[in-house]
Amino acid sequence: MVDFSLWDIVRNLLLALRWTVALSLIAFAGGGIVGLVLLIARLSKLPGAARCVALYVQVFQGTPLLMQLFLTYFGLSMLGVNTSALVAASVCLTLYASAYLTEIWRGCVLSIPRGQWEAAASLAMNFGEQLRHIVLPQAARIAIGPTVGFLIQIIKGTALASVIGFVEITKAGQMIANATYEPFLVYGCVGLMYFALCFPLSVWSRNLERKLSPRR
Amino acid sequence: MSLDFLVVLGQWPMLLRGLALTALLTAVAAPVGTCLGIACAWSRVHGPAWLRAMVGAYVELVRNTPFIIQLFFIFFGLPAMGVKLSPETASMLAMVLNLGAYACEIVRAGIESTHPGQIEAAQSLALNRWQIFTRVVLPPSLERVWPALVSQIIIVMLGSAVCGQISTEEISYAANLISSRTFRSMESYILVTLVYLGLAVLVRQVLHWAGPRFIFGP
Repeated sequence: MVDFSLWDIVRNLLLALRWTVALSLIAFAGGGIVGLVLLIARLSKLPGAARCVALYVQVFQGTPLLMQLFLTYFGLSMLGVNTSALVAASVCLTLYASAYLTEIWRGCVLSIPRGQWEAAASLAMNFGEQLRHIVLPQAARIAIGPTVGFLIQIIKGTALASVIGFVEITKAGQMIANATYEPFLVYGCVGLMYFALCFPLSVWSRNLERKLSPRR
Repeated sequence: MSLDFLVVLGQWPMLLRGLALTALLTAVAAPVGTCLGIACAWSRVHGPAWLRAMVGAYVELVRNTPFIIQLFFIFFGLPAMGVKLSPETASMLAMVLNLGAYACEIVRAGIESTHPGQIEAAQSLALNRWQIFTRVVLPPSLERVWPALVSQIIIVMLGSAVCGQISTEEISYAANLISSRTFRSMESYILVTLVYLGLAVLVRQVLHWAGPRFIFGP
């Protein structure tokens, strides 16, 4: 048996924490881009877009992230794509994040009074201009708080990537716990590291929501 | 690539057992977790300072760590303290603690949006603090936050898929087992994902039907 000091455990977990952060950033960036495209498709009143996006959101919100991960992992390899755990986890979390973000942002856009759209239209702006100059800047202000809040959801979601063999902090914790027979200490440390990552974000998101939400 | 669902459906007894355990876990965790959440919400609004601090720490700890870590901590970590739990009990405990923390914040939002005049009116009718909370404050608060609470219960039900990782034999565990038995991983995961989707829709319908009838009553 290898001898691990507390410092060895913490150091190895911190090294794995990089991958948790990296995966979270990939998913957040990817999800943001896909989510924005879906949002615009939905707002532009393309025929059938509203129903398709609603179905997409329903599927991702109504099924466990774990199953989505397995499906992506095996699905990609069935399609002949040579998958690593990182690719599968990135693809899956991107899709997952996009479904939630498009729904969050749609709520923010809907909270912009109808009159703003109409005023923009009466200035002869087309749909793109209405969105870019009038609606999105106002909606973005409201959206920042909930979006930061959702980032926590993504960070917690990356923990499940351990199940398909991606070595981030949860998987590293499992391996160290098996090697040291100190699961209480190791999982305690892992939990505290997630907390250290997420808690500042949740405080920040709460403050943003208070500061940026429109006064009534 | 070809999909063959019949092979997977042939394993229906295992699927059914898994479904039953998922349903059981949810059926226990939902009411117990909600009650825990209401108790915590009461303590965060009306409790003494030390209790408020403790409940606050519990809520923030649970809300800012992943469910899988909470589960591993309870199942693998607690035995080091001499508390040994079966996978089912550990899953149940993790789900209850998880839902309790989220429900606490949801219910608290409802309680804090109660109009002060309602409480004054109840006081003028000489109701005591317990009566005011259970008869005047709580039912309308629950009614206001019911949609959020239902969503949270569904999230916890879907989260229970992770419990398969500590060999709780719920439906995602059945999916894993079937996929390694029949080498039909894609089919079994698609099937079980659809089962979850169906369960989510069903639970939402049932709770929206039951809420106004039994919980915050007309």
